[in-house]
Amino acid sequence: MSRPVIEAVDLSVRYRIGSGLLGGRSYLNAVDRVSVSIGRGSFYGLVGESGSGKTTLGRALLRAAPITEGSVIYQDDEVRYDLRNLSAQDLKDYRKRAQLIFQDPYAALSPRMTVRDIIAEPLEVMGLTRSREETDARVREIAAKCRLNLEHLRRFPHAFSGGQRQRISIARALVSRPRFVVADESVAALDVSIQADVLNLLQAIQQEMGISFLFISHDLSVVAHVCDHVAVMYLGQLVETAPTAELFSRPRHPYTSALLSAIPSLDPDDQGNAEKLEGEIPSPTNPPPGCKFHTRCRFARDACRLETPALRELSAGHFAACHFAEEFDFRREHGHQTSPVNAGV
Amino acid sequence: MTQPLLSVEDLTIRFNTDEGLVTAVDDVSFDIAQGEVMGLVGESGSGKSVTAKSIMRLNAGNTRYDPVSRIMINLPDRNVDVLALRRDRDLRVVRGGAVSMIFQEPMASFAPAITVGQQMVEQLLIHTSMSKAEARNLSIEMLDRVGIPDASKRFGQYAFEFSGGMRQRAMIAMALSTRPRLLIADEPTTALDVTIQAQVVDLMKDLVREFGMAILFITHDLGVIAQTADKVAVMYLGRIVEKGTVRQVIKTPAHPYTLGLINALPKLNDLEAELTPVPGDIPSPLDRPAGCVFHTRCPVAIKGRCSSEVPNYTALSGGREVACHLVEEQVKEGVSL
Ligand SMILES: Nc1ncnc2c1ncn2[C@@H]1O[C@H](COP(=O)(O)OP(=O)(O)O)[C@@H](O)[C@H]1O
Ligand SMILES: Nc1ncnc2c1ncn2[C@@H]1O[C@H](COP(=O)(O)OP(=O)(O)O)[C@@H](O)[C@H]1O
Ligand code: SF4
Ligand SMILES: [Mg+2]
Ligand SMILES: [Mg+2]
Repeated sequence: MSRPVIEAVDLSVRYRIGSGLLGGRSYLNAVDRVSVSIGRGSFYGLVGESGSGKTTLGRALLRAAPITEGSVIYQDDEVRYDLRNLSAQDLKDYRKRAQLIFQDPYAALSPRMTVRDIIAEPLEVMGLTRSREETDARVREIAAKCRLNLEHLRRFPHAFSGGQRQRISIARALVSRPRFVVADESVAALDVSIQADVLNLLQAIQQEMGISFLFISHDLSVVAHVCDHVAVMYLGQLVETAPTAELFSRPRHPYTSALLSAIPSLDPDDQGNAEKLEGEIPSPTNPPPGCKFHTRCRFARDACRLETPALRELSAGHFAACHFAEEFDFRREHGHQTSPVNAGV
Repeated sequence: MTQPLLSVEDLTIRFNTDEGLVTAVDDVSFDIAQGEVMGLVGESGSGKSVTAKSIMRLNAGNTRYDPVSRIMINLPDRNVDVLALRRDRDLRVVRGGAVSMIFQEPMASFAPAITVGQQMVEQLLIHTSMSKAEARNLSIEMLDRVGIPDASKRFGQYAFEFSGGMRQRAMIAMALSTRPRLLIADEPTTALDVTIQAQVVDLMKDLVREFGMAILFITHDLGVIAQTADKVAVMYLGRIVEKGTVRQVIKTPAHPYTLGLINALPKLNDLEAELTPVPGDIPSPLDRPAGCVFHTRCPVAIKGRCSSEVPNYTALSGGREVACHLVEEQVKEGVSL
């Protein structure tokens, strides 16, 4: 992989959630000792059920959620920042290099501002341009890249459809020419016929501007199509990371495998073939000991309840955290997965 | 021929709004037989929920049903002309009696101030001749049947004490406890994770088998339709553009919109395939296109004709119907579809 733009080591985000009656405090590890390295120019996918900590991880990498432990290093051709030790000046600079595209374009756009003003705002707030002409030029440039025309710029956001609104929030996020962008469920609210258009746009922009993306989504088929790498998150931890094609053809963690087979097949003849994951994701306030997935894992053995499996490299760039990752064969065929080979403990 | 359980004929629904009369559903017809699962797919705003709500007469006060529209529920002992129902007590048959509904957001089904059990019991007392004790027993049995652990304890709790997946199950238990003939499921899995969605879909399939009820399954997810439904209708801007068996419609889509939807979907068996969006945006219902409602986005629209003339339904083999001028011409020319 190319040099990382973001490198997190043992990153934890811990929230205090009220104090107990007897003065005892309880904590929740929304992100729990995550190490991840996002290559420059990568379109890096992050998947997992809701509550697994995807948004919090994305925000921590943007310095928008508190980093409790561990380190995060950002590096591009010009600067290198340790996100836990940023001066006010550096933080300001980091804000234009690292940006977030919101999930819900309706909520993100102010109804009283014109599209031009919405896109221009970050430039003005960050003082990135010196004149109105310069601002306008930057706005027009990014608007064109996002396939918005001059006529659109004069209007108010309510006049736009969901797909156009999402293009407006993309333009706003990219106008400061960031090097690293977190897209959190950016296509989740869009209809399929429009979603493909926004995905194609993100990919084109990524290639053209050389941006590195962290693409957060609960939709594995979308991630499979746009990302080059994927990380799978469960209860605050990464359980598997791999190049996309590899992850989808040869998942090495039972959770990944279960997520994949839960996707409803478009083929009506596949009815009833899928392997179902039972139960729901446990509360992060009281995570299971050992492997956090053991309460739902159909391969769990005694060791899983006691010992935490390490995230380790199984083949080039393919990491998984399951005690039996070396032994299992999870190749997926028509929604089926094969049984573990030699998985006795 | 036996009568279908539900038959919707020429359903046209307009809303009286500040901006004038808005057409949300335009000349929609379909049947659902006893025990059959029909999927209704389409993008947001295409009129799926409005169609579903009309079967229970739950649309808002500004709703205008066209005089020719008819919705019939054919029960063993009588046929109900739904749009002609006037009094509240006559409406009960379509509101929890023979027809029940589940929603995307389960909290919408639960009254916040009473327990899940209380609400289930009250509903049974209204719609059946059960005693309170019988209603209580059946409710607990239903909660247990849908996979809620410790059902008798859950019976005494409030919906907000349930997790998302459990709420969804409780809503299904409540909707089915009165043994409706028709269950309307309006995007019941849309807000759920795929893992929980798979569980709910499985549960619903089991329940159909067990209870023999019919389902109108509304979703924008063609994968969910492929896994649950027998037949499917595809809606666009208030019109059904194509309907047929799930296999016909998904494997060999005939309407350009259905084809476009399927091409826009990311598919797991071909990661390299380009995603092809349907060009353009969905027009506002305030200015519905003349002619074929899809012509403004249709890559194969016939110049002059599609923008002015509303296409009729062309019948294809196997009972499929498609509202498209091009399909009609191809059939006339003897192209086999
Ligand atoms: N500010 C916060 N305070 C307390 N708990 C939080 C906060 N933000 C997120 N959480 C909790 O952290 C966990 C992970 O949340 P999130 O990152 O939003 O997950 P995801 O994006 O994968 O759905 C959840 O249990 C959530 O309730
Ligand atoms: N009470 C109402 N008054 C005015 N317009 C309405 C009303 N209810 C629904 N609509 C409109 O009808 C159209 C169809 O809505 P709906 O059936 O909810 O779509 P879907 O369920 O397919 O997303 C939308 O344009 C919606 O705004
Ligand atoms: S470590 Fe054990 S419980 Fe965890 S995923 Fe592997 S087999 Fe399942
Ligand atoms: Mg999130
Ligand atoms: Mg709806």
